[in-house]
Amino acid sequence: MKFTGLRVYAILYLLFLYAPILLLPLFAFNSGTIIAFPLRGFTTDWFAEMLGNQTLRRAFTNSMIIAVSSAVLATALGIFAARASTRFSFPGKTGIMGLIMLPLVLPEIIVAMSLLVVLLAIGVQLSVFTVILGHTLICMPYAIAILSTAFNSLDKSLEEAAYDLGETRWSAFRLVILPLVMPGIVSSLLMSFTISLDEFIIAFFLAGNEPTLPTYIFSQLRFPQSIPVIMALGTVLVAMSILLLTAAEYYRRRGVARTGQKDTGGFI
Amino acid sequence: MSATRFDAEARQGLTMVSPPLIYAVLMLAAPLLTILAYSFFRDGYLEVIREFTLDNYRAVWADPVFHKIMIRSLLVAVLVTLATVVLAFPVAYFLSFGLRPERKAMWIFLITIPFWTSYLIRVFLWKVILSEEGVINSVLDLLPLVQPAGDMLYNVQAIVVTLAHAYAPFAILPIYVALEKVDRSLLEAGRDLGESRLMTFWRVTLPLAMPGVVAATLIVFIPTIGDYVTPELIGGGKVPMIANMVQVNMLALDNKPMGSALAVTAMLIVAVVSVIFILLNRRFLRVRQ
Repeated sequence: MKFTGLRVYAILYLLFLYAPILLLPLFAFNSGTIIAFPLRGFTTDWFAEMLGNQTLRRAFTNSMIIAVSSAVLATALGIFAARASTRFSFPGKTGIMGLIMLPLVLPEIIVAMSLLVVLLAIGVQLSVFTVILGHTLICMPYAIAILSTAFNSLDKSLEEAAYDLGETRWSAFRLVILPLVMPGIVSSLLMSFTISLDEFIIAFFLAGNEPTLPTYIFSQLRFPQSIPVIMALGTVLVAMSILLLTAAEYYRRRGVARTGQKDTGGFI
Repeated sequence: MSATRFDAEARQGLTMVSPPLIYAVLMLAAPLLTILAYSFFRDGYLEVIREFTLDNYRAVWADPVFHKIMIRSLLVAVLVTLATVVLAFPVAYFLSFGLRPERKAMWIFLITIPFWTSYLIRVFLWKVILSEEGVINSVLDLLPLVQPAGDMLYNVQAIVVTLAHAYAPFAILPIYVALEKVDRSLLEAGRDLGESRLMTFWRVTLPLAMPGVVAATLIVFIPTIGDYVTPELIGGGKVPMIANMVQVNMLALDNKPMGSALAVTAMLIVAVVSVIFILLNRRFLRVRQ
């Protein structure tokens, strides 16, 4: 084996990446009220307490509404941008795409704060809706990155063949292109949903009095007695993320297979 | 003919891109320009007085607290970037050169999973690991002859470890993508021409991977410097960074012009540092060529 040393290093690195997350289920099922070793006994009380919590339920509902709406909006807008950037050349393309992709490299606090200033100045009430506006903005670049891969792999001649066979621009899009990029769309929806569900800063600034899951978690981290419930919630969230990402990865691979590319792996 | 075709295509492209563009202009460009404008306004009681002034910037630049926090933010960001990129490079190298193609997607997937799981909770878990009754100390307690390390929180080191963990995939992926693009026959050529494996790496692989390293550096550096959660949780409010200072000015002190001036200044500093880094790198690359 040529890469034994590197392989060991890479596995250790993976352990470092996973170490904190592995602690979650450990403390979620631990009957002790303090988050420390040694562990006490096994309990599912924290999960029961989590399910009974009214504020948490409200935060969950808010987060779901926000995540679904931003995922749909970001993906819908992303389809236009990805299609435009992969299929057409137009003046100012670099600048336009640069502006749209800017949230990827802009500190989130700046995005959140500048949006807050504008919304307050024009008198918009902070609510779930304002968080959706912010989340759509930051999910859009990720959606575009995924969708561009999907649109890039399209063979232009397929579309031209559809025109030759008498399809209109719209029917060709609906019947030929859309099915081919569908896995990318599903993958983008799942990815945007996951990002929105986990996003804290923008929700913290723009939600007003409405809690979302991360802002609720943040508010509870100050109280030692709420930590075990947060560990239970964290365990559920991690399980959910893994499930969603596995689904996203499945659709991405199916898309890669369908358009006959070589799978080089990864979302980027 | 070709000119009209181009016009038609340009028009189609612009129409197509307009919905996301309008959204980005309304939700991003306009707000950014607004805080830029606010930073030149005067703060009144519960309102912003629209009167041009440079006082906010004067106050920001003269403020020793701002200097201290900005230097700390830069220091943390530089340390995090250095740690993340240096630790990530061998992993990316292994992914690209040490794995059979069909195994690569699986490894990438494994590396991205922790990144997509609740950031807040991950940061908090580092608190659990590093605190006085935390994981590290309770393990050290069980070992004979080893003194527990005590509380390891509320300092720059703890913030660096936490952030280096949080941004790891940001560093691995761009370097991996760059390494994947390296033409393998160039490496064979290097070896055929009598270079050692190490020299081939140094003179061929590394320069070709440089764009990935530069991307990784910027992708880690920029969000790190603006991080809010980690200084708040791991630093316990004792070691604030620039984002915490902006937040306090915008909300708690309700001085929006000052908050805006702070944010604009911070963005400028980040942009200048990034540009200097890119320019230095260009020189470095040119020398190597």
